[in-house]
Amino acid sequence: MIQTDWIWGLVGGLMIGTAAAILLLGNGRIMGASGIIGGLVDRSGLGDWAERVAFLAALVVIPALMLPIYNVEISTKITSNLGIVIAGGLMVGLGTRLAMGCTSGHGVCGISRFSLRGIVATVFYLLAGGIAMVLFRHGLGLI
Amino acid sequence: MQRIIISALSGGLFGAGLLVSGMTDTTKVQGWLDIFGAWDPTLAFVLGGAILPMMLAWHLTTKRATSLVGAPFPSKPNPRLGHNLVIGSVLFGAGWGLVGLCPGPAIASLSWGGTGGIVFILAMIAGMMAAPSLRLRIDKLAAI
Repeated sequence: MIQTDWIWGLVGGLMIGTAAAILLLGNGRIMGASGIIGGLVDRSGLGDWAERVAFLAALVVIPALMLPIYNVEISTKITSNLGIVIAGGLMVGLGTRLAMGCTSGHGVCGISRFSLRGIVATVFYLLAGGIAMVLFRHGLGLI
Repeated sequence: MQRIIISALSGGLFGAGLLVSGMTDTTKVQGWLDIFGAWDPTLAFVLGGAILPMMLAWHLTTKRATSLVGAPFPSKPNPRLGHNLVIGSVLFGAGWGLVGLCPGPAIASLSWGGTGGIVFILAMIAGMMAAPSLRLRIDKLAAI
């Protein structure tokens, strides 16, 4: 299973990129998950709320419909430590809106157009993620 | 209506891709970030695979005046980096490492992720609500 993980990663990645291409070439929009959610949360994107809701609804429903295809139980394997979950969620929400993008907006859509902002953001969130693993897993043993 | 259908198509394919790639599994994401542990390179293939169709798509935007529905294509972003981009990305990356979820997979796993995923999304929404006022404060501090 482990040996084929990279193939599924590549296939899934191509699907994610095609999804972003559909939104760009179809609606002229950047497929950024944090922007699509954040625009509804801080009301800055209420002008096209129906498109945002349609995107998010399909994002939940389609993977749910695919679950029976998999023989094994799919799990996010998220930590049961709710303090860590809440701290992480707050940081992801605050950070992506300050930086105006996450892995999909800055990573997928930004890097592919050679945007300096997208590349710099990606370097910083990857570095911070790596340092978080060193600190919280190997240092403090929290995760 | 056309715009809504295109949005749903994109969201659905995004979710399917996240599930197929394994990116809704927090241990795979943390495995990629954990270069001093049992390093898992899957995420590099996902990001690389996702960038390829988008490079083609960005190229196509230079050949056409508007998108399919007649909307203009997004203009080139302001090249100015700014402190918010760096502070925000560092905060985001640290939270991403801590839990192993970023916004897209968090939403995608909503229907089977259990209580943990729902708590994560609620906390993320709270963070998003607080972001505009924090941005104002950071801008004020930076102006001193």
